[in-house]
Amino acid sequence: MYEDQEIELLKKENERWSEEVQQKLAKRPERKKEFVNTSGIPIKRLYTPLDNEEMDYFSEVGFPGEYPFTRGVQPTMYRGRHWTMRQYAGFASAEESNRRYKFLLEQGQTGISVAFDLPTQIGYDSDHEMAMGEVGKVGVAIDSLLDIETLFDGIPLDKVSTSMTINAPAAILLAMYIAVAEQQGISPKKLRGTIQNDILKEYSSRGTYIFPPKPSMRIVTDILSFCSGNVPQWNSISISGYHMREAGCTAVQEVAFTIANGIAYVEAALKAGLEVDSFGPTLSFFFCCHQDFFEEIAKFRAARRLWSTIMKERFNAKNPRSMMIRFHTQTAGCTLTAQQPKNNIMRVAFQALSAVLGGTQSLHTNSMDEALCLPTEESVRIALRTQQVIGYELGVTDTVDPLAGSYYVESLTRDICERAEDYIKKIDEMGGSPEAIEKGYIQKEIQDSAFKYQREIEEKDRIVVGLNRFQLEEEKVTGLLKVDPAVRTTQIENLKKLKSKRCSSKVEKLLAALKKGAQGDDNLMPLILESVKAYATLGEICDVLKEVFGEYGQPTPF
Amino acid sequence: MNSETRIRVLATKPGLDGHDRGIKVIASALMDAGMEVIYTGLRQTPQQIVEAAIQEDVDVITMSSLSGAHDYLFPKVMEILKEKGVDDILVLGGGIIPDDDIEALKSCGIAEIFGPGSDTREIAKFIRENVKR
Repeated sequence: MYEDQEIELLKKENERWSEEVQQKLAKRPERKKEFVNTSGIPIKRLYTPLDNEEMDYFSEVGFPGEYPFTRGVQPTMYRGRHWTMRQYAGFASAEESNRRYKFLLEQGQTGISVAFDLPTQIGYDSDHEMAMGEVGKVGVAIDSLLDIETLFDGIPLDKVSTSMTINAPAAILLAMYIAVAEQQGISPKKLRGTIQNDILKEYSSRGTYIFPPKPSMRIVTDILSFCSGNVPQWNSISISGYHMREAGCTAVQEVAFTIANGIAYVEAALKAGLEVDSFGPTLSFFFCCHQDFFEEIAKFRAARRLWSTIMKERFNAKNPRSMMIRFHTQTAGCTLTAQQPKNNIMRVAFQALSAVLGGTQSLHTNSMDEALCLPTEESVRIALRTQQVIGYELGVTDTVDPLAGSYYVESLTRDICERAEDYIKKIDEMGGSPEAIEKGYIQKEIQDSAFKYQREIEEKDRIVVGLNRFQLEEEKVTGLLKVDPAVRTTQIENLKKLKSKRCSSKVEKLLAALKKGAQGDDNLMPLILESVKAYATLGEICDVLKEVFGEYGQPTPF
Repeated sequence: MNSETRIRVLATKPGLDGHDRGIKVIASALMDAGMEVIYTGLRQTPQQIVEAAIQEDVDVITMSSLSGAHDYLFPKVMEILKEKGVDDILVLGGGIIPDDDIEALKSCGIAEIFGPGSDTREIAKFIRENVKR
């Protein structure tokens, strides 16, 4: 990047300056002996062109919308249009969630993001014993197509894009969405949205697995294959680092473990006979934006560079869209404090800004009260307004990738790339991420980082404002959102009514066909689609699959 | 300290919630503090928790839920403990527990609730001072 002469001069001057500073340190020491970010990367006092001496602009940075996509996946980024402002929401019943979605759309939100309750995510109907106490709590309860009809009532599915945080039963919820769209007269070809469908991170961090890894990976590839032909605008998977990060891993680990999982999905799909460019463009990603501002920005840039290189060089993708890491971002729930909760508004704003400067395609901003309960309408509005202030007022959206060329950010981007590559290599050597998860390696890495982080807070090596410094006497917090336990009773009544009204012989026939399909190697998606259209419940479908595939039991980590 | 005099703790996740960062951090911290910790993993029913506690002969149960199901699950564990005549196990709860719910949980016998931001050293100290046997 620089002429040799310039570099020589700079080296000399840098040395002189460093020595002068060093001499002054005795009198005016710095705040800490060493500065290190969450990934363990030492942060230097000053970054100069010397830190990027070897940088090759074209192969490492390039132009937005072009390989290696370090500067962003679209050529004009937010000059064209803002990221999708997408708040993850859903609770209680489908009626109530439908009202929340309409409220958010009226408030200027541009996409829906559905949160399902845990029984739905783990394949239990609301009347199951394991669902006791959980129905409608962390998301909306879905038992059958009826609930999905209510959930999207009056929302034109060809106009909005919908993200569904659903993994083990992703095929079932996607099928229900397609069925409801058909009722609205909309072809699957027009549907835009995402299912999370990332089962690997469920084993390593999020916990809503149902089946063992092998059949789960088969379901994932069935979905990838089905979507590439039938729902081409749909993101068939959202490969998620978010939950591993929330479970405690570092920024470097987040990039590495997410990309390692991505590699595993691509390999599984190739093994199932798919062609890389047929499904590559439908892969999407999901990251966290944590508290270390520049580390996060560099992380997003590094992730784009790494993934594009892997898709191009390792998997021989030809379509640039297969090489793009398009991602959703959510601010870091684990950085929110229950103490002085209004301070969380600021945390969320800074984190959201790092996601925007990092070039995210969509964003969820957490609400200030999430360390206390599900967010209230007011706090969700403030969170959404935070994105709108960034998008419309700050001017950060007027040029593409404004921090490129920062000596620090470019150097950090490279550091994160290199450290993540080391992890990926290690995971490759273990036989890939499914094996690394089976060995408990990923879980252990996450757990150790989480423990270290906690200890740093307790030792006050890491300051959390309001928690271990600048504390106040906390007041009791009231007026929080509470889910009415009657949701479960209503769901159970509706299930009873449904089961007496639907054609049970048809349901039985279709479930038998699904079972046969699961025993063989037919694509399960069409079979599941037929079953949901006949109002087979989510629990019934999962039970059939459990009979064939079995259930996963978590190994103990200690 | 030998293992006979060590405090034995059952760390557990009742219900379907998968957020296990907190409970694992606490398990590690209590181990560091010299206690013996048995971690059950996810998705435990109240029945399973009580059975494990009895079988493992623990002095303490620590359970964590971030899914809002604590209002059903925690009291259920206490109810089953009572049914089985167990009254010498110290039971602690944690997770996302609204202030408004804490009184009800304590009134059914849960000794303390440790929410987000709790210091693990405080939890260890609390256990040492309040363990019932």
